[in-house]
Amino acid sequence: MGLLSHLGLQELYSASSEEESEEEEEVITEEDMAKLKDQVEEKKKLIATLRNKPSPMKQKLQLLKEAQEFVEKFEGALGKGKGKKFYAYKVMMTKKWMKFQRDFENFKTACIPWEMKIKEIESHFGSSVASYFIFLRWMYGINMVLFGLTFGLVMIPEALMGKPYGSMPRKTVPMSEQDSAMNFATLWDFGGYAQYSVLFYGYYNNQRTIGWLKFRLPLGYFLVGVGTIGYSFMVVIRTMASNANEEGGGDDTSFNFSWKMFTSWDYLIGNAETADNKFASITTSFKITQESILEEQENRKEGNIHLTRFLRVLANFLVLLTLAGSGYLIFFVVRRSQKFAQEGLDDYGWWERNEVNMVMSLLGMFCPMLFDIISPLENYHPRIALQWQLGRIFALFLGNLYTFIIALLDEINLKLEEEKIVKYNITIWEKNLYNGTWLENSTSRPPLDIDPAIVPRGPCWETMVGQEFVRLTVSDTLTTVITILIGDFLRAVFVRFVNYCWCWDLEYGFPSYAEFDISGNVLGLIFNQGMIWMGAFYAPCLPAINVLRLLASMYLQCWAVMCTNVPHERVFKASRSNNFYMAMLLIILFLSTLPAVYTIVSIPPSFDCGPFSGKDRMFDVIQETLDNDFPAWFGQVFTAATNPGLILSFILLMGLAIYYLQATSESYKAANLELKKKLQNSTKEQQVVMWIKKQMELILLISLLLRVPIHPMEEE
Amino acid sequence: VHVHPENMGNKQTIFTAQQLDAYQDCTFFTRKEILRLFHRYRDLAPHLVPLDYKDNPDVTIPYELIGSMPELKDNPFRQRIAEVFSEDNEGNMTLDDFLDMFSVLSEMAPRDLKACYAFKIYDFNNDNFICKSDLEKTLLKLTRNELTPEEVNLVCEKVLDESDLDNDGKLSLEDFQHMIVRAPDFLSTFHIRI
Repeated sequence: MGLLSHLGLQELYSASSEEESEEEEEVITEEDMAKLKDQVEEKKKLIATLRNKPSPMKQKLQLLKEAQEFVEKFEGALGKGKGKKFYAYKVMMTKKWMKFQRDFENFKTACIPWEMKIKEIESHFGSSVASYFIFLRWMYGINMVLFGLTFGLVMIPEALMGKPYGSMPRKTVPMSEQDSAMNFATLWDFGGYAQYSVLFYGYYNNQRTIGWLKFRLPLGYFLVGVGTIGYSFMVVIRTMASNANEEGGGDDTSFNFSWKMFTSWDYLIGNAETADNKFASITTSFKITQESILEEQENRKEGNIHLTRFLRVLANFLVLLTLAGSGYLIFFVVRRSQKFAQEGLDDYGWWERNEVNMVMSLLGMFCPMLFDIISPLENYHPRIALQWQLGRIFALFLGNLYTFIIALLDEINLKLEEEKIVKYNITIWEKNLYNGTWLENSTSRPPLDIDPAIVPRGPCWETMVGQEFVRLTVSDTLTTVITILIGDFLRAVFVRFVNYCWCWDLEYGFPSYAEFDISGNVLGLIFNQGMIWMGAFYAPCLPAINVLRLLASMYLQCWAVMCTNVPHERVFKASRSNNFYMAMLLIILFLSTLPAVYTIVSIPPSFDCGPFSGKDRMFDVIQETLDNDFPAWFGQVFTAATNPGLILSFILLMGLAIYYLQATSESYKAANLELKKKLQNSTKEQQVVMWIKKQMELILLISLLLRVPIHPMEEE
Repeated sequence: VHVHPENMGNKQTIFTAQQLDAYQDCTFFTRKEILRLFHRYRDLAPHLVPLDYKDNPDVTIPYELIGSMPELKDNPFRQRIAEVFSEDNEGNMTLDDFLDMFSVLSEMAPRDLKACYAFKIYDFNNDNFICKSDLEKTLLKLTRNELTPEEVNLVCEKVLDESDLDNDGKLSLEDFQHMIVRAPDFLSTFHIRI
């Protein structure tokens, strides 16, 4: 049909060109023009979707050539008539745009790092272990963007255009700390020169604009903080949406055997040992699925339910005990560290200084092991046990994090109290300095010519918060590295070399080589990112530190997994959905922004440090910008828009929209189910119809057979 | 990592620009990936494959060499994969077939396209239906003949039970697509990274 229309249009074109030679103005009729346009659009669409066609390459290349020739030929024809030049220009621009897009795609794919590393891991361990590394790479991408924002828009402007070190009290190390400011121990704790630098909140000046560019630093600082959270939300939700699009119907159990047969072999496997494991696990899973139905029935008969229930309740009780214990331990340790800080840290050794971070990291390391030991009591199917394990580790990390934050909030309140005292002391100190050379209520004071290092300082609670998060991240990194080196590497070395002189086979029995703990590592990654989101507002250096950490983590774990781990014997995914870990990330993102938003909205900023010093609340910077930099009507519109009545009605509208969408999606699901049932019923009906058909055929056959001898009898 | 002097920088002398563009339109690969794939193809049989493809030489690499590629050598279905994507249906592949194969098996290929080719791969007797003997062959390949004949029979019956919607004792393309499109693991397992 395409060929015919091709011919038809050719005739049209030649006919019209004849016309054209007769009449310079009238060319092709409008109708034919529209038809031609449609054809050209169709061919263009064909070219765009050609790679999705399930035909052999030769055919595709042929189709492509034909389509391209057609488009080339008739695109010129369409250009005739009105707006010819503009149409040709549009065509040229579209071509250039497509070429640009293609080059950009090429560039983007060339930029993706670690592709070969991940491929090696995939071929040795299958797609589930590799999914952790793909997740890590994705996180690295997000952190690079966050790093770009904080580094480029906050740290660099202040470093280049802000007042230099030593020019203001907030930018100088106080006299009392100056001897120890360069010590490694102080720098490792992020005190000393590290504290009074662009790395932390306290260094920034509250000048409205800085430098010759008139860069509005406080506004920039605030917007970057909001922007990092906004960007993270957008990226996570976009990824979840695209995953949901690709997915099937979620937790469907109606195709178990078919899926086992057609989707259980992992085509990524490129290693003989992994392949052996995979064959064995597939065979076992086929055998078990048949047996498990029998097993379940047997279990029901045995009446062991009460014992199992009691054991499960006991296990949950122990777990709750552990969680409560770890929460209390953290609270206790944070209180103790406040006590140490008040008494001065010089009397205490390294452990006391870093107690909080070490305790949190150690708890994160040992409690999951404890849960692992408790779990056999419950006697669940491995996949369900894995889900419980994940849930408990999640609760553990969340509990620890929030206990930490509550303790931190306590400390902030203490610092706020301290600030009032310091403010009062400063006024007295200043009065002494002037020695009565100015009157109490005079508004203009002569500038003080004092070394900024001896000005008494307020306790800058924001920098303190930033420091705590940075220290936590660093100690977390160290714990991960040590766990890998000891838990995986030393264990593998031990099993490998001591096996020669040990009574039982270390490689097959206990302890054997470690398997890569996917879910533990993914959760660790998610929580680490949560800490970054929480602390990034108070320590702009945090995304940079995290980028370095992820880079080191990638190389270390790739090496460790290839060198010391063995492929899993049985693979259980925590959930059938790809979105499971994304959902957890989203929850953590939301929970991480809560404390940050709370502190921004309800706690007044320190009076002598940071870009918001002197303001009542940090978000006043927005109001200030609106008042000063935008035309008057803009401010009015904004104030009108933030009217509580309007906002409340907007929230109501959104709530209604959510309800409506939820209702429609439920109705679609129900319709889907109905159609499925109909399909099943129709097959049953078809079965009945086939059966009846068969019976009727049988009857007909018999009657035909019976008829044959009757005729001769009748004839006789 | 091999260094190939013929495509240093932006100038390569293997394909014409139109050929590369056409390959980019017909597969999910970028220009760099296509060149890399060409070198992978050539490394299988350097004496057979010329370095100049501008005049579309008619070169085929026999199945034995394709099946020994590290990405395919452990796959129990490698022979069927090669047969489905090759022009002569015997497993001997031209460069076009090679590119086509890895394009369909790549991460970017959509679910429907993969389902179509998966159906062809598991259809051992090429009759456009996955009948019971095809299912048995698939299962035996998957478990390396470790299941008893009764177990094999049971599993195949169950599969037909679950997926055969038009109830003709075999799976048509629609039955197969209907079943596989809902599988959560399909996209991640029917994937070869090259």
